[in-house]
Amino acid sequence: MHAHQEFDAQIRTILAQHGRLAVDANALDADADLYQAGMSSHASVNVMLALESAFDLEFPDELLKRSVFGSIASIREAVTSIGVGQT
Amino acid sequence: MQSLMNTHEFTVETAPRPAAALLPGLRVGIDITQISAIAASLESFGERFMRRLFSVDEVAYATQVPAQTAQRLAARFAAKEAAIKAFNLSEAGVGWRDIEVTRHADGACSLALHRRAATLVGQSGCTQIAVSLSHDGDYATAVVAARDPR
Repeated sequence: MHAHQEFDAQIRTILAQHGRLAVDANALDADADLYQAGMSSHASVNVMLALESAFDLEFPDELLKRSVFGSIASIREAVTSIGVGQT
Repeated sequence: MQSLMNTHEFTVETAPRPAAALLPGLRVGIDITQISAIAASLESFGERFMRRLFSVDEVAYATQVPAQTAQRLAARFAAKEAAIKAFNLSEAGVGWRDIEVTRHADGACSLALHRRAATLVGQSGCTQIAVSLSHDGDYATAVVAARDPR
């Protein structure tokens, strides 16, 4: 659970910097819809690039879906599925 | 004197229906992108932003005139997003480079689809795909349309 929270904290930082959200990223529920929170498709691209840099990974094409970047939880799941943060 | 005015009540059906049902035979998508936001992405992510989203030819054209790079990339990004909307590709796992704006000698543009985008759009049977780009001030926009046989 602790690693989970650290993951989410990193994702929230990236969303705050690049997501252009209309609300505070730190106040969002992990399942909150980021597009409803103001993130545009262009901003989601910036978030993706920032995640790739922060976690040293590259999202494969099959994960380039609107829903993958739709919430903090879905981003965490995608990043984890690529193999980051697994112990 | 009896009023010569008659009043009528009108009702308009507003139940939402998919665009395909409203306009059978037509697919359409549109997007608008802020040019300064694209410039900011270039500032933040540099080459990674360009190489991840745009083809070699798109980058080559956009960087021909440095003062117009952000504008040209913004229009092309809008075109890719418009295509994603027109062909319902947002959940298809399609890379942005799979959708390419090709510029012809006369300045006209067309859409070139590659890999998964080409496969999925081909399976849809859509033909006569057209794209149009524009920009004004800090905004670039694009529309994609296609004939849908279904």
